[in-house]
Amino acid sequence: MSDSAQTPHTDEVETEATDRQPDEPESESHVEPVETGADAVVAALKNADVDHLFGVQGGAIMPVYDALYSESDMTHVTMAHEQGAVHAADAYGIVTGDPGVCMATSGPGATNLVTGIADASMDSDPLIALTGQVPTDLVGNDAFQETDTIGVTQPITKYNRFASHADEVGDDVATAFALADEGRQGPTLVDLPKDVTQPETDVEPGRPETPDTYNPPEKADEDAVDEAADVISAAEKPVILAGGGVIKANASDELRAFAKEHEIPVLATMPGTGAFDQTHELSMGIAGMHGTGYANMAITLTDCMLAVGTRFDDRLTGDVETFAPDADIVHVDIDPAEVSKNVEADYPLLGDAKAVVDQLGNAMTDSPEADLWREQCQTWKDEYPLDYEMPEDRPLKPQYIVEQFDETMPDDTIVTAGVGQHQMWAWQYWTWTEPRTWVTSHGLGTMGYGFPAAIGAKLAAPDKEVIAFEGDGSFLMTSQELSVAVRENLDITIVILNNEAVGMVRQWQDGFYEGRRMASEYPWVPEFDKLAEAYGARGFRLEDYDEVDDVIEAALTYDGPAVVDAIIDPEENVYPMVPSGGDNSLFALSEADLDEI
Amino acid sequence: MRPEGRRNEDGIRIDPEAEAKHEPRRAVLSALVEHQPGVLAEVSGLFSRRQFNIESLTVGTIVNERRARMTIVIEETRPGIQQAKKQLRKLVPVVSVRELAQDSVQRELVIVKVNGEEPDKVHAITEMYGGETLDAGPRTITVEITGNEQQVDDAIDAYEQFGIREIVRTGYASLSRGEQQTAAVEHDTNVTADTEVPADDD
Ligand SMILES: Cc1ncc(C[n+]2csc(CCOP(=O)(O)OP(=O)(O)O)c2C)c(N)n1
Ligand SMILES: [Mg+2]
Repeated sequence: MSDSAQTPHTDEVETEATDRQPDEPESESHVEPVETGADAVVAALKNADVDHLFGVQGGAIMPVYDALYSESDMTHVTMAHEQGAVHAADAYGIVTGDPGVCMATSGPGATNLVTGIADASMDSDPLIALTGQVPTDLVGNDAFQETDTIGVTQPITKYNRFASHADEVGDDVATAFALADEGRQGPTLVDLPKDVTQPETDVEPGRPETPDTYNPPEKADEDAVDEAADVISAAEKPVILAGGGVIKANASDELRAFAKEHEIPVLATMPGTGAFDQTHELSMGIAGMHGTGYANMAITLTDCMLAVGTRFDDRLTGDVETFAPDADIVHVDIDPAEVSKNVEADYPLLGDAKAVVDQLGNAMTDSPEADLWREQCQTWKDEYPLDYEMPEDRPLKPQYIVEQFDETMPDDTIVTAGVGQHQMWAWQYWTWTEPRTWVTSHGLGTMGYGFPAAIGAKLAAPDKEVIAFEGDGSFLMTSQELSVAVRENLDITIVILNNEAVGMVRQWQDGFYEGRRMASEYPWVPEFDKLAEAYGARGFRLEDYDEVDDVIEAALTYDGPAVVDAIIDPEENVYPMVPSGGDNSLFALSEADLDEI
Repeated sequence: MRPEGRRNEDGIRIDPEAEAKHEPRRAVLSALVEHQPGVLAEVSGLFSRRQFNIESLTVGTIVNERRARMTIVIEETRPGIQQAKKQLRKLVPVVSVRELAQDSVQRELVIVKVNGEEPDKVHAITEMYGGETLDAGPRTITVEITGNEQQVDDAIDAYEQFGIREIVRTGYASLSRGEQQTAAVEHDTNVTADTEVPADDD
């Protein structure tokens, strides 16, 4: 390590170029000069090539909305609730790879964003939130609709900033945008007091640029790469664990090439799902609490794990003492703080996943000799396939519904989900082949995420099909956004896997609380097909196996938002399951198994 | 060469021969931060929400007006110290972080108010620790002591015999020795802070 004693404080480090080219045309359309702080905010967003904003109006943010009034390059999508706005923006960011933008007024507007900001923080989603604030001279006085938004969002943002001057507010937004986008992505927020956005200024904001003290690692140390490559080459039971960072870094191609060249089986974490093509023979599917049995066998018995862009969440590792106990762990991550946080990395490689996987590829001298291991992996796949039964006397099985939609829809369909059993069934039974197609709330587990996310996803990728799998409980939390989907005439399909329960809770009550179903059964939910019709969407009720094909066809054909209320077996559970904090190789395939573990 | 030992409950590889747990120890971190509103709250919030055991935290301006220096004393296991450094470095307004060697220059100022019945004895102790009497009356004597951790602790112990009425400590301020910069802006080092342990650390 170099001795830095001589380095002056002002050490200028090459600032990272943003991915937008400086010689790109500013904008085809006529650029209005900045006249107010609010204009500067809007100009900063334009500089960043933003084209959609999601939000709800209100007193303190009105100057910014006013500046958007004559803006033709950007479309503002008014949502029914700020939570809808932040999830839509979050999904927009996931699908495009660039920060999604949401806005809200001060106080309740800002606090309504909090869940979605926390969600983005957990999943490293690129997001920027712009919140109105009471005028600076009222701050601290408990003014009407004053909340300390900076204080509240500090722990859940990558960066936040209280804008303090009209001349600087444009650059504040530009910086926040760049920080949301670069390095490990994440949510940022700029709090915009009315007396900063309202006053006059003619200061044009610069292009999005991170502060010069922000220097995420790009390439890993070459010696460390060589050492790691040797370890991988010498492995007998290698696996690749693809985390969400693979997708965030656009490293799927590199990872696929590496895995195929060296014939290394690949497992995906939940956020890493889609990084690898599940139809490829090297795919070992999905790992963790509700991952496949074969993935969890491989993850436990591997002798060398190349883990890329993952934070080893506890829902993945289970008990860390039994997590890959015999493996050398090569951990590639852009965030040094993730290395050895939960699981000690034997070979840490700091850098951007795309660059580092490429470096590793160049450094590999031999492929591991792992014929036996690949055979073993195949045996596990045959031994522990995902499976469910369809007894005639039971209502529809949710897994079947997911599979039928999967078969009917194109490979690049974007799938969003709420949180609960339905999310796990969607994850397990959909065939994932493309990155940026699985859009859900991973780390925070936010019920209500799926449907507004589908709105954001559709606007981000209008040419792709978008389907939201929702639970009855989850959908109740954000279903008012149907008004938006109808207004915008968004061609999305919402499938409610309706078990009249917060089923995941019910499953845990049956498994771990002796069946005491406290506050988990929802026999009072509305008829969702009728609810959809009330909003002006199409509603379908699906109850029998012989209706499945027709309803799927009708729902997908309908040009606009269609809600399928699928009445499923309320007793169906999600398996396999590794109980919380358990040993991944001891997965339950049924409730009876749970007792034995 | 394959790493040996299994991971323990904290995900750390444990040498089967050695102790199974890392013991907490005291570490002095120095951070150069942007001198802007909210940084102190951000840093203290980070330490509390990530459950790092913090002993003291001081902050003050430096020659460069745009920057400030924080000295943070924590009590953590070695992996905890590494994690604290990296989390701290990750905050955007934090420019650089360095863990100081055990022999770094460390000073704390303490003001002690003791009962005034035995002024001569109090004075003798104050002299002994190179302190200063700030206020003396018939009932109380208030003194100031400046020193490293050991000196300050010893002085407080010594005053205890008179009955300590009130006490205030500033927390530690610290700089590295010699020419080495305390928390230099050297990005590679900070980015890989993972493996960096002060030279005299075992
Ligand atoms: C906002 C929020 N509140 C509570 C929970 C706890 N929780 C986790 S899963 C779940 C059940 C969700 O019910 P539903 O959406 O109907 O999905 P199901 O499990 O029935 O498929 C609940 C209540 C949560 N994850 N998020
Ligand atoms: Mg349900």
